[in-house]
Amino acid sequence: MTKTLCPPLADKDVENLKAGDRVLISGIIYTARDAAHKKLLELMERGEKLPLDLKGQIIYYVGPTPAREGEVIGAAGPTTSSRMDKYTPPLLERGVRAVIGKGLRSQDVKKSLKDNKSVYLVAVGGAAALLKEKIVSSKLVAYEELGPEAIRELEVCDFPVFVANDVHGNDIYEIGKRKYERNR
Amino acid sequence: MREIPVERVSDVVEKMCIDSNIFLGQDVLKAIKRGLDLEESPLGRDVLEQLVKNTEIAMNTKTPICQDTGTAVFFLEIGQEVHFTGGYIEDAINEGVARGYEKGYLRKSIVLDPLRRVNTGDNTPAVIHTRLVPGDRVRIVLSAKGGGGENMSALKMLKPADGEEGVIDFVLETVERAGPNPCPPIIVGVGVGGNFEQVAFLAKKALIRKLGNPNPDEDLARLEEILLEKINDLGIGPQGFGGRITALDVHVEKAPAHIASLPVAVNINCHVSRHLETII
Repeated sequence: MTKTLCPPLADKDVENLKAGDRVLISGIIYTARDAAHKKLLELMERGEKLPLDLKGQIIYYVGPTPAREGEVIGAAGPTTSSRMDKYTPPLLERGVRAVIGKGLRSQDVKKSLKDNKSVYLVAVGGAAALLKEKIVSSKLVAYEELGPEAIRELEVCDFPVFVANDVHGNDIYEIGKRKYERNR
Repeated sequence: MREIPVERVSDVVEKMCIDSNIFLGQDVLKAIKRGLDLEESPLGRDVLEQLVKNTEIAMNTKTPICQDTGTAVFFLEIGQEVHFTGGYIEDAINEGVARGYEKGYLRKSIVLDPLRRVNTGDNTPAVIHTRLVPGDRVRIVLSAKGGGGENMSALKMLKPADGEEGVIDFVLETVERAGPNPCPPIIVGVGVGGNFEQVAFLAKKALIRKLGNPNPDEDLARLEEILLEKINDLGIGPQGFGGRITALDVHVEKAPAHIASLPVAVNINCHVSRHLETII
């Protein structure tokens, strides 16, 4: 069964998700990669105001290709999440309820996801042209100087993701591998 | 002597950069579709279906297949009867890369200094491997290599006594550690023998061979088959969600080695394996 999510997310939205679920997201999500995360954390450390309200929001780890004229965005698939590991727990504590990327997360992030009732979603790495089609608008929010790494507000429609880590501590990467592993 | 203006090389390179990023090779597409026939995991099948659809959308909308449009890696074979005119060949290649990545709306992913990390803005410099060969032709092979798979690659200097078993163990260990990170289904390039730098080169070169073509050396073809089966028994599956298809293919290349050494290198490519060849 495919579930749907419309941010901002509440407790019941994330509690309802299980590792391995297919999910379609519609609404507003925010982009950020390593460089933008670093800047947000620096602001938080100095106690300054952030350029966006993180409460209940979804962050998408993506650095798109340049948009052609007349297009909303270029190819926009997920990037490797582990590069964001050290920045993720403080953002979850600040109210982020879901992040979208691809690949393994650290133990710290998995614990923080559980503690903060947040989920780790993954989009298909390398399906960037298909994912681009699900993005209906894109607006610069902060850090234009970072180019593809700037923070953007994306409006998405039926954006397809899978639940990798749910709030109950399940991990699709562990469950899936265990199920299909053959003895060596 | 055959004269070739370097401008011609720039034009060829420009087109190769754009085409390789928008049109997935038929060999790779065929392997993904074959994976779809064999995959048992429902999530794994979902992933492979998305990948097939993605290549169609990329082709029809002239959108890059993946937002990581790669480092431009060139294997250049220059016939020794060739005389390049009008400039320096490496500058001409970089000119073609810069134009291709700009005109093709491809992402510029190269930083000039690995520690200071300032983007060069045009995806240059390319990585260029040049070999002089007999004849009067120039063979240009481009691999637009993504960062995800590259980051999960590894090299080890084994002991000769470790033998084939040691090589297999190291390949499996590397693929297992990589897990979902290099965007499986992956293609695994393995270099065996040579020395420290040559073995890494062999592993990269193994990746540009067309999928579905085993090594003509019977021993290596058998090793490729064993490795593919063992890798797919790891259960990692498409995107790491669990499943049968972790790798689409394994390619092994070898070279003579020192009596004290058995180097092995594993270079991982994601399913967006972009490699194109042009002969001038």
